[in-house]
Amino acid sequence: MHVSEGVLSPAVIGGGIVFTAIGTGIGLRKADYSRLTTTAVLSSVFFVGSLVHVPLGPASVHLVLNGLIGLFLGWVAFPALLTALSLQAILFGFGGIAVLGVNVFDMTFPAVVCHYAFRGFLVESNALRVVGGFCCGALSVAGAALCTALALGFTDEGFLTSAKILFLAHIPVMVVEGIVTALAVAFVFKSRPELLRFTDAPVPEASS
Amino acid sequence: MIAEHIRKPSLFQKRDPRTLLVAATCAAFCFSFMRNLIPSCLCLAFALLLAAVSGLHARSLIKRLAVANVFILFIWLTVPLTMPGESLATFGPLTWSRVGIRLAALVTLKCNAILLAVFSLVAGIGLSRIGCALEQLHVPAKLVFLFLFTCRYIHVIGEEWQRLQTAAKLRGFVPRNSFHTYKTIADMLGLTFINAVDRSRRIYEAMLLRGFNGTFNTVAELRRTSADVWFLLLFFAAVGSILFLDRHLK
Repeated sequence: MHVSEGVLSPAVIGGGIVFTAIGTGIGLRKADYSRLTTTAVLSSVFFVGSLVHVPLGPASVHLVLNGLIGLFLGWVAFPALLTALSLQAILFGFGGIAVLGVNVFDMTFPAVVCHYAFRGFLVESNALRVVGGFCCGALSVAGAALCTALALGFTDEGFLTSAKILFLAHIPVMVVEGIVTALAVAFVFKSRPELLRFTDAPVPEASS
Repeated sequence: MIAEHIRKPSLFQKRDPRTLLVAATCAAFCFSFMRNLIPSCLCLAFALLLAAVSGLHARSLIKRLAVANVFILFIWLTVPLTMPGESLATFGPLTWSRVGIRLAALVTLKCNAILLAVFSLVAGIGLSRIGCALEQLHVPAKLVFLFLFTCRYIHVIGEEWQRLQTAAKLRGFVPRNSFHTYKTIADMLGLTFINAVDRSRRIYEAMLLRGFNGTFNTVAELRRTSADVWFLLLFFAAVGSILFLDRHLK
C-alpha cells in the first residue's frame, strides 16, 4: 500500500503534501489535549495492527486498519496516521519522507469519508452495524488503493497498467479488512457501546 | 529502538538533530525530483558515501532496503512489460520496452538513494530527540505531542497485543483460513482498542494531576554550532549541484 520513495512526480508529491496539511490542520483544530492522548494511543494501535498478518488463501496479508481508525477518529485520523506513517518510515523504511504526504492522504481521506458516511449505521441495529463496519473497512482500503493507483497514474502513463494491477491485487485485502473491521466494531459495541456514539467533538468516555 | 542499528559513534551523531532532519528532508525531495539516469547514479553514490560515514550496521541497512525494494520489484515486474514503446527484448508473448526499463531503473536508483541517505542521517538521532528537534523547527506543538506520545505507547500497545496473542496460542488458537480466525483476530483488536482508550484516559488524568498544561518541557538540549552550518552548506552544495546537473544534462 505504501508507495516507495523516488517513484512519484513532483506535482503528485506536492499535491499530497498540500491535501495532507489541510486534513491535519482540520484534525488538530478538532482535537484538544485530552483527545490527543487517545489519538496517540490509537495511532500506536494502528502501528501495531498494521504488523499483524492474517492468513488469506496460501499467503497472508497484513491488516491496514485505516477504516477502523478513521471510524473512531474522523478528521483526527489525519494527524494520527501522519504520526504513525512517519514512524513507519523512520523505523522500518515503509514509504518515506518525501512521499509521506501522498501516503497519508491516500490512507486517511477515504477513511474520513467512510466515517461520515457510515457512522450513523453503527448504533441503529445489529444488521446495519455489520454492514456499516464492513463497508467502512472494505471501502477505506478500496479508496486507499484507488488513490495510490491514481497517484501512480498521474505520475507517468507508463505506470497505468501497474496501477490497475495494484488496485486489483487489493480486492482480497478489502474483503478481509471489511470482515475484521465489522467484527471488531461488533465487539466494541457489545462491551462499550458508548464509544460508538459520535457527536461532533467526541471524547470517548472510559468507565472507571 | 533506533540505537541498535549503530555500529560505532559516527560523524553525524555530533551534529544537531535539526541539521540532520533538514539535510535528510532536502535529500529526500531533491533526489525524488531527478529525471535522468546519470545524476540518479550520482545520488546513489552520494548516499553510499553518507552510509559509509554514518557507521551503521550493513545488515540493518540492507534489511531496510529490502523492505522498500518489494515495491520496486513490483514496478520491475509490471512497468517494462506493460509500457508501450520500442521493444528491447521479446520472449514469447512478453515484450520488454526500452522506456519501461529506463523508468524502472530510474525509480530503483532514486528510491535506494533516498532511503540510504535518509536512514544514514536520521538513524542515530533517537526518537525523543527527533521530537525535540521537530518542536524547535516550529512543527505544531500538538503534532509533536502526538509524535512523542505515539513513540512512547507503541511498545506498550505492542506488548499488550503480544500478551493477547500468547493467551490465544495457549488456548490452542492456530491462524487458518477460517471465519473463526478472523473473528478471533477482530476480537483481539477490539479488546486492544478498548484497553487503549481506557489507558489513554488514565494517562491524561495522571498528567493533569501532575500539572500538565499543554506543553512539554524538554530536558534534552539542542545546540547548533558553526560545524552544523558548514555541514548544511556543504550538503546543500552537493545535492544542489547534482540537481543542477540533472536539469542541464542533454
